[in-house]
Amino acid sequence: MYSMTTKLKIENLTKVFGRNPKSVMKKIRNGISKEAILKETGHTVGIYDVSLEVKKGEIFVIMGLSGSGKSTLIRCLNMLNIPTEGKIFIDGENIVEYNKVKLREFRQKKVAMVFQHFGLFTHRTILKNVEYGLEVRGIPKEERQKIATNNLLIVGLEGYENQYPRQLSGGMRQRVGLARALANDPDILLMDEPFSALDPLIRRDMQLELLDIQSKLKKTIVFITHDVNEAFKLGDRVAVMKDGVIQQIGTPEEILENPASDYISNFVQDVDKSRILQAKNIMFFPSSLVFLKDGPLVAMKEMERSGISSVFVVDNDRKLHGLVTVDDAINAVKERKPLKEILIKNYETVDPDTYIQELIPMTTSSRYPIAVLDHNDKLLGIIPRVSVLSALI
Amino acid sequence: MKTFPEFIKLDVGIYIDIFVKWLLHNFNWFFDPVKEFMLWILLSVESFLLWLPWWIVILLMFLAGWRVKRLYTGILFAVLVFAIGSFGLWVDMMSTLAIVLVSVLISLIIGLPIGILMSYNDRVAVVFKPILDAMQTMPSFVYLIPAMMLFNLGKVPAVFATIIYSIPPVIRLTDLGIRSVPKEMVEAAQSFGSSYWQTLFKVQLPQSLPSIMTGVNQTTMMALAMVVIASMVGAKGLGMEVLIAINRIDIARGFNAGFSIVILAIIIDRLSQGIADRYKIPDK
Repeated sequence: MYSMTTKLKIENLTKVFGRNPKSVMKKIRNGISKEAILKETGHTVGIYDVSLEVKKGEIFVIMGLSGSGKSTLIRCLNMLNIPTEGKIFIDGENIVEYNKVKLREFRQKKVAMVFQHFGLFTHRTILKNVEYGLEVRGIPKEERQKIATNNLLIVGLEGYENQYPRQLSGGMRQRVGLARALANDPDILLMDEPFSALDPLIRRDMQLELLDIQSKLKKTIVFITHDVNEAFKLGDRVAVMKDGVIQQIGTPEEILENPASDYISNFVQDVDKSRILQAKNIMFFPSSLVFLKDGPLVAMKEMERSGISSVFVVDNDRKLHGLVTVDDAINAVKERKPLKEILIKNYETVDPDTYIQELIPMTTSSRYPIAVLDHNDKLLGIIPRVSVLSALI
Repeated sequence: MKTFPEFIKLDVGIYIDIFVKWLLHNFNWFFDPVKEFMLWILLSVESFLLWLPWWIVILLMFLAGWRVKRLYTGILFAVLVFAIGSFGLWVDMMSTLAIVLVSVLISLIIGLPIGILMSYNDRVAVVFKPILDAMQTMPSFVYLIPAMMLFNLGKVPAVFATIIYSIPPVIRLTDLGIRSVPKEMVEAAQSFGSSYWQTLFKVQLPQSLPSIMTGVNQTTMMALAMVVIASMVGAKGLGMEVLIAINRIDIARGFNAGFSIVILAIIIDRLSQGIADRYKIPDK
């Protein structure tokens, strides 16, 4: 039932806030709206019937505007919010059923959280903040100081050990928050809008740094944000939430290309696609190709048939050898030269994971389509210059 | 028709009277040892204070003022305490100080846990708030009578009454302090798997220390304000001097004692405020 790669699985999770949450479950199931329930019973429906799966080692982003239930959801994952109904499986164990002792152990070892406003202990030094999780676990002083110092190094804060949070800038404070979470070496990192309180430049740095740290540590990360660009930049997969319900789950490309609702298409309108879409998303296989064993005459006919002025030349393994223009082909036919001698190489090649952002300058530096190659120089597809620009519209 | 109907009569006081007498009859085994124990603590503190040579006390005052505030404050404190001595009220000052110290100590021992409980549980808070209001507004003479009956005359009922009067601020400010710890900070503590005790001692109490220290300061000041009234049940000290001065219409004697109380109040306030300021956490 659980594949090896599933780290976290949520089934039909509902959280209602109020005096007697269970009492309104029937009303919710009967389809009465959140507003009506609030008015009638004074209960707030935080999230309703959320199901999702997070794979090991992925960054799973939950995106939504304020009030969409995303913070409620992430707080269920370490039981800061106790779900009204539903199950949360982590490594196959339903954490909702944990007793106090098991829950403490789970929080101490498996998850750690990074908070929007950092949640740092202002009465403790930076080092003592990072040590906190280890201190709670009862790890001896020397060992936890060593681990904490090491984690401060990872987030680039060495030398600040004995300062207090108030002496640090916002970006640095969140680095402390991250170091504190990492110090416990959790499997799962819960990040509740960690960069929302930072100014844009610092936010960008922190995003890159998170990706950098993630590439080394390979944690499973659940990341909350209201910023589409942040969601698509960081997320391996993204869930879009609205009114306590998940509207769509998918990779950034899937959501960009097939938004499940008008709400989502509105949402993704502002996305800077050049940072999301990659060469593989917009390339296509050329309608004509010429093989190395063919002569210039075949090349000429091929170009004539497709109405193009240049064509890529590959061998039997589809390895790219060069490009032939129609003028060179005509001359070669006259002078009886083989195809090999008239190949030119001043076209751009990229790998399929290149972002469109990086393709844009290439469209101005070369007259020919961009060739997309794998690591063996096998031609996967081509991107005509016009496709780069049309993909952004 | 304008006067309140006479046949409607309700006497709540009589029930308190019955209750106190019932306590007195049935719980003597409890109140007697409590009385003995408190008296023993009081006398120990007082005799220790009196055992200290006068110049050591003045030196300590100077050092305390200097360390907590600055040199000038230290000198001022020394001069002021010297003045009380020269009024001929050294022994009375120490008696008063002993009552204040013991009252504050017991207030903290009882008040801090109650404040913590109130902050954790809204129901406890709902129950305690009106009780605290009553303790602060009820004229102290009223509960001096039952206190006297339970603990006889002297210092012990004085301490008892002083506690009732001065304990509310430390309870209220402990409650307030813990409640105003930022929610995210408490969540952070919980998210790392802290137990209730760990969250309380590692995060909530240190965070609310400035508020709690303000409560300690208020409690101390109120305890000092109570000493004059406490003298009515026979507690010796500066309050007793005031009481004698009233009876004899002796202006000079009254003001000597009055000024001494003011001086003690200023010194205790500045010292405890100075200590409280040290725990301030700038920029939460």
